[in-house]
Amino acid sequence: MAVLSEEQTILRDSAREWVKDKAPVQALRKLRDSGAAFGYDPALYAEMAAMGWAGIVVPEAYGGSEFGYLSLGLVLEETGRTLVASPLVSSALGAASALMLGGTAAQKEAWLPKIASGDAVATLAIEEGPRHEPLSTALAASRTGSGFTLNGTKSFVPDGMAADVFIVAARSSGKPGEAAGISLFLVPADARGVTRTALKLMDSRGAAVIAFDGVAVGEEALIGAPDKGFEVLEPALDRVRAGLAAEMLGTALQAFETTIDYLKVRVQFGQTLGSFQALQHRAAKMFTELELTRSCVEAALSAIDTGTNDIRELASLAKARANETLHLISNEMVQMHGGIGMTDAHDAGLYLKRARAAEAAYGNAAYHRERFGRLHGF
Amino acid sequence: MAATDTPELAAFRAEAREWLATNFPASLKGRAAIMVNLNVETDEPDFLAWKRAMGAKGWGVPTWPKAYGGGGLSKDEARVLSQEMVKIGAFSPIGGMGVMMFGPTLLEYGTEAQKQRFMPGIVNGTTRWCQGFSEPGAGSDLASLATRCEDKGDHYLVNGQKIWTSGGQYADWIFCLVRTDTTRKHEGISFLVFDMKSPGVEVRPIQLISGNSPFCETFFTDVKVPKDQLVGPLNGGWSIAKRLLQFERQSLSGAGGGTGGGTARFGAPDLERMVDKYVGRDEAGRVADADLRQRLIAHHMEARAFALTLSRAAAEAKSGSGPSAATSIMKNVGAKIAQDRAELSMEMMGHQGLGWEGEGFNAYELGMVRGWLGGKAVTIYGGSTEIQNNIVAKRMLGLLDHQ
Repeated sequence: MAVLSEEQTILRDSAREWVKDKAPVQALRKLRDSGAAFGYDPALYAEMAAMGWAGIVVPEAYGGSEFGYLSLGLVLEETGRTLVASPLVSSALGAASALMLGGTAAQKEAWLPKIASGDAVATLAIEEGPRHEPLSTALAASRTGSGFTLNGTKSFVPDGMAADVFIVAARSSGKPGEAAGISLFLVPADARGVTRTALKLMDSRGAAVIAFDGVAVGEEALIGAPDKGFEVLEPALDRVRAGLAAEMLGTALQAFETTIDYLKVRVQFGQTLGSFQALQHRAAKMFTELELTRSCVEAALSAIDTGTNDIRELASLAKARANETLHLISNEMVQMHGGIGMTDAHDAGLYLKRARAAEAAYGNAAYHRERFGRLHGF
Repeated sequence: MAATDTPELAAFRAEAREWLATNFPASLKGRAAIMVNLNVETDEPDFLAWKRAMGAKGWGVPTWPKAYGGGGLSKDEARVLSQEMVKIGAFSPIGGMGVMMFGPTLLEYGTEAQKQRFMPGIVNGTTRWCQGFSEPGAGSDLASLATRCEDKGDHYLVNGQKIWTSGGQYADWIFCLVRTDTTRKHEGISFLVFDMKSPGVEVRPIQLISGNSPFCETFFTDVKVPKDQLVGPLNGGWSIAKRLLQFERQSLSGAGGGTGGGTARFGAPDLERMVDKYVGRDEAGRVADADLRQRLIAHHMEARAFALTLSRAAAEAKSGSGPSAATSIMKNVGAKIAQDRAELSMEMMGHQGLGWEGEGFNAYELGMVRGWLGGKAVTIYGGSTEIQNNIVAKRMLGLLDHQ
């Protein structure tokens, strides 16, 4: 655990209490069984926002607390523990970051206060194919007299059904694979030509396919310069990656602790499972990976807060490590629980499903290893 | 001055800088790796002068109490001193097992008379210590050691054999675990120190797969040891040994900032340069061997995660919240990274990495081969990987043995 300020310790502790009290895993189970299209409980998110969590990275001038990314990471680690479904990552982290990095004064004034208060949900609409590859953006943005027309489809848009506004990556010039020629647009969900279709994902969170059919937007919808949207999108994505890695660290920690607790009580051959060395050493391996991952996650979040020049590599390191660690532990959780871990009544399956969804989001381990390698000249 | 220095620290920084400028011989600049080696005794006048100066100042052991010849510095001051030394390529000429393991242990468990007697030799780097722990029948199961120590009234009599005694052939004194009660296991062990020149001590270097002999077999035949050389209570040696092993783990992992320098030092210092020399790159500038490239990247990331963990643990320790949980994993992670690095280096060199000596290979290549072989010891000594995992499982996770 990073060395925290007194305020950060209070924030972490209150998040821990609230999650235990109001949003245990049972809450996700209920959400799943209710079949709600939003993919989160708006009443719970309103409580989170009322505690100020949706405004942690937002400047005070726009209604936030400007408390920083490490602080938001502390909250996300706690919500990750019980798989809390909320637009904290999509809206309060991802969309808010993009607006802060590249938004005009008018855009910020229009949306940041509402994002920070939880009254509005904004989300990044990036993906077009099955794998995270933002440079492959192809959704067309054609110049018109007064602005642009958007044509194309975004898939796997997190909280896409709930969102009031999308930040859409579109291609205004160049070809897929190139960073130049990508532009970012702020598009209200009720704009003419926008249709959305809910996706039912295995982690029970909200996601949607968003179709843009001749959607007209003006110049004032641009976030950042035309054709240079990637200069805003990449750092925004790195902030999301680091924050999501913090959430995944929390998920992995809880999965690990639940599993260790089980090893201490389950008896076979007259001995607790935890007394078998084959399992002890696998437990030690998981503990080791968790400690290393925590260092990477906290370093990435702190780098964002202090604005160092290694944010990209640290974000990729954090996301790759969080992916690998959660992958390992979610599998071990099922395996070490044995038969009970295969039942829907047990939580292991929920952790396994959430693990894979989070791993795929914003770049899997291979994506981030490759990116880290390129940044280091390999 | 660093931005975070308090006025007091800034003053100390200036003082340290001035003292180092006066005392550190320019001829030694950047030669730490060559000069500070357990098995090499150099008599270069500049080195000896530097050692005398640092010994007198107590800065070879900067945080130890002044009363025993240490520097008496706070942790912050020690950090500043280390920063200033790195800046000018200086290094501590005083190290070895006395500094890393025995000294800190003696400070906690020794009598006043023992501290007055033994600390000066450690602080000045004039007495070289070796460790008599492992035995042929007591490796990972250290507490099964059998070297006998009998009370003969006015002295102890020691008989038995130690093994893997690092630097035993060069050592002046040994700190040693001996059995003083054969009816109990852990509670029958005592902690004894004695002169390696005592009659009945015989040292035989062991040649290892690397061709070097950093370790010895040490035999004791009727070695007489004065009774005031027992450290701690009779039959109370196991607790002292465990504490000493903590200091050892710390220095092996690099977490203590000790002179050990950490286990991550084995293998090539610059993998990217080795790629250019031995492997080559494709048109896009990527490592030509795609499979190797993936493993190099993964290794690089692992090493970065380890480095970040070392600094996190240091920050946590400094904040006074107690030792970080992360320290328990460091020896294993550091050792694994060091060995992986050596294996990757060997793989990259291909046939150039097969040389043993003589023509056809440069000194770097030959050194890499020996380093790769010698490095196999890091996952064995200081508590093997398996023992470290046992410790994590039991102490950190509370998983019990079979009942």
